[in-house]
Amino acid sequence: MTVTETAAAAVQNAVEGRVASHLHPTGSFAVAEHPVPTGREEIWRFTPMKRLRNVHGDAELVAGGALFQWNTPEGVRAELVHGEESQALRGVSGLVPNTRYAARVLAEAPSTLLVDVAANTEVHEPVLVDVKGQSADPAEAGHVVLRFGLHSKAVVVLNHTGSATLAQVVEVHVGDGADVSVVSLQDWADDTVHLTQHEASVGRDASYKHVAISFGGDVVRMDSNVSYRGPGGSAELLGLYFADAGQHLEHRLFADHNEPHTKSNVVYKGALQGQGAHTVWVGNVLIRKVAEGIETYEQNRNLVLTDGCRADSVPNLEIETGEIAGAGHASTTGRFDDQHLFYLQSRGIPEDEARRLVVHGFFNDIVRRVGVPELEERLMATVEAELAKNVSKA
Amino acid sequence: MSTLEIRDLHVSVDTEDGPKEILKGVTLTINAGETHAIMGPNGSGKSTLAYSIAGHPKYTITSGTVTLDGQDVLAMAVDERARAGLFLAMQYPVEVPGVSVSNFLRTAKTAIAGEAPKLRTWIKDVNTAMERVNMDTTFATRNVNEGFSGGEKKRHEIVQLELLDPKVAVLDETDSGLDIDALRIVSEGVNRFKENGDKGVLLITHYTRILRYIKPDFVHVFVDGRIAEEGGSELADKLESEGYAAYVGAGAAGAGA
Ligand SMILES: Nc1ncnc2c1ncn2[C@@H]1O[C@H](COP(=O)(O)OP(=O)(O)OP(=O)(O)O)[C@@H](O)[C@H]1O
Ligand SMILES: [Mg+2]
Repeated sequence: MTVTETAAAAVQNAVEGRVASHLHPTGSFAVAEHPVPTGREEIWRFTPMKRLRNVHGDAELVAGGALFQWNTPEGVRAELVHGEESQALRGVSGLVPNTRYAARVLAEAPSTLLVDVAANTEVHEPVLVDVKGQSADPAEAGHVVLRFGLHSKAVVVLNHTGSATLAQVVEVHVGDGADVSVVSLQDWADDTVHLTQHEASVGRDASYKHVAISFGGDVVRMDSNVSYRGPGGSAELLGLYFADAGQHLEHRLFADHNEPHTKSNVVYKGALQGQGAHTVWVGNVLIRKVAEGIETYEQNRNLVLTDGCRADSVPNLEIETGEIAGAGHASTTGRFDDQHLFYLQSRGIPEDEARRLVVHGFFNDIVRRVGVPELEERLMATVEAELAKNVSKA
Repeated sequence: MSTLEIRDLHVSVDTEDGPKEILKGVTLTINAGETHAIMGPNGSGKSTLAYSIAGHPKYTITSGTVTLDGQDVLAMAVDERARAGLFLAMQYPVEVPGVSVSNFLRTAKTAIAGEAPKLRTWIKDVNTAMERVNMDTTFATRNVNEGFSGGEKKRHEIVQLELLDPKVAVLDETDSGLDIDALRIVSEGVNRFKENGDKGVLLITHYTRILRYIKPDFVHVFVDGRIAEEGGSELADKLESEGYAAYVGAGAAGAGA
């Protein structure tokens, strides 16, 4: 426990002097300091609390539900670690929980799935970690640590499938000069509830790419956060989601420019179809006083395919210094464009085929930017399958 | 031999104040091998006629018929009309982000021909069609009409006309926004299409200059949702020198002014 507290204290000090931003309250490792959220809090206001099976509150978190499987390419150590080693890893990304569920994960998860990439190592194939949920009951806690050594280069894919009620924290430590990608697929069964926080600490001159891909689950809510440990770090936060009838898919981003000459680029694209499909995107960017010469751009685009869907999109940029190289954001939510459809159909292309072309086109650039060839085909196939559901319903 | 027959067509659009009638009874027959020019002032309903034939959802047909070789066009979906042999080169071609020109053209050709074109010859056909209208073949990798200049969009319409090879083509102001070289190139494309067989062409235009390159067999003057006068190509010459003044506001404004 001392390790945790030390880490906590250190981070607490580091964030002294932070602004009074209502979105990022000072965190704490103590579960008792986090009251159970009601849904009226700013950071919970979009989330359907009633469907969370109390995993945000006091649901019992039972160990050993989901099955893990992974490969270990050369230069990689991947292991489920327990006891002191696991404890020492909690907060390794600089994370100080600001939600009750994250605090509980760090306090209660029985083990940590650790992926360690050695310094100065280039890993030539993706590290694939399968997390396969076995049942939506009982709830469980998962702690994952991805640690990339100095000047390493690697891709890690977390592939979530099956049924689960999962409170999860993924901590990412990106070593100085490293070049890494973390892809998290939420391809859950229909009954899954998944609350997850991905917290990354990006080293000096390092490149971090994070990709969130959410298709399945009843409720998926991800916080993908980035802060920097030195100048020159850059983060590319990408997302692709496709919500069907009744699904709630929520992605919250936070790029904390706490170091000068850092970059963040956020691009999230989502499609919605069916009654009650709901997506939420909240993009928070904080540019601190010290963060001179930074560049940030964030965009979210939503494509609404049918009636009865709702896409919330909230970009939020807080700037404390005038000395920035560039900052901007864009957010659009468009109906499926009848003009596009008409043009394609007027060339003989049947309506469902025309829809497919347009939706493919919408996601195409983001799929390419994922940069993991092994995944591209699967992603497009999944988009295809989602669309087929819609067509067959129509 | 195909015939496009438009009979007493009435078309309205929805406005905030309820439906507004734009076409007020249009009758027109286009036989194979014929080129008809429709000329008329802004807002007279030329594009409305073109879109109504193609099936744009914005327009409501309140009465009248459109048939292609006796088949009821108005009962067909937009894509069925195209597969039946109709083609509309649009006044304002639509940008379709994320869909490449080559993918678009191949998908359209496959839909219209009922089978995928042979890859080898198809690529050659596409390149030839593009080169003929002076479009660099790198356009094939760009998204449909996205960032194309006005003239490039029009030339892309002609590429589609040549590749899809319909029975009847409706060209809505394909000449507008073109410089003189582009106008000649586009006109040559239309003429090649006509030489391909017994094709019907409905050429909507504002200016007579394109008629120097594409000879119409019939000219129809379109005013306020109706055909106000019809004639041969000599009518175009009259419009060239006199404009539409004689037709606009017909009886009323024309009175002795
Ligand atoms: N939604 C609408 N509400 C009201 N009027 C409309 C609407 N849509 C079209 N119109 C009117 O219909 C008329 C015919 O338009 P149309 O585009 O067919 O004209 P056009 O002859 O093609 O003109 P141009 O030479 O400028 O291309 C115009 O007066 C236009 O303002
Ligand atoms: Mg017009």
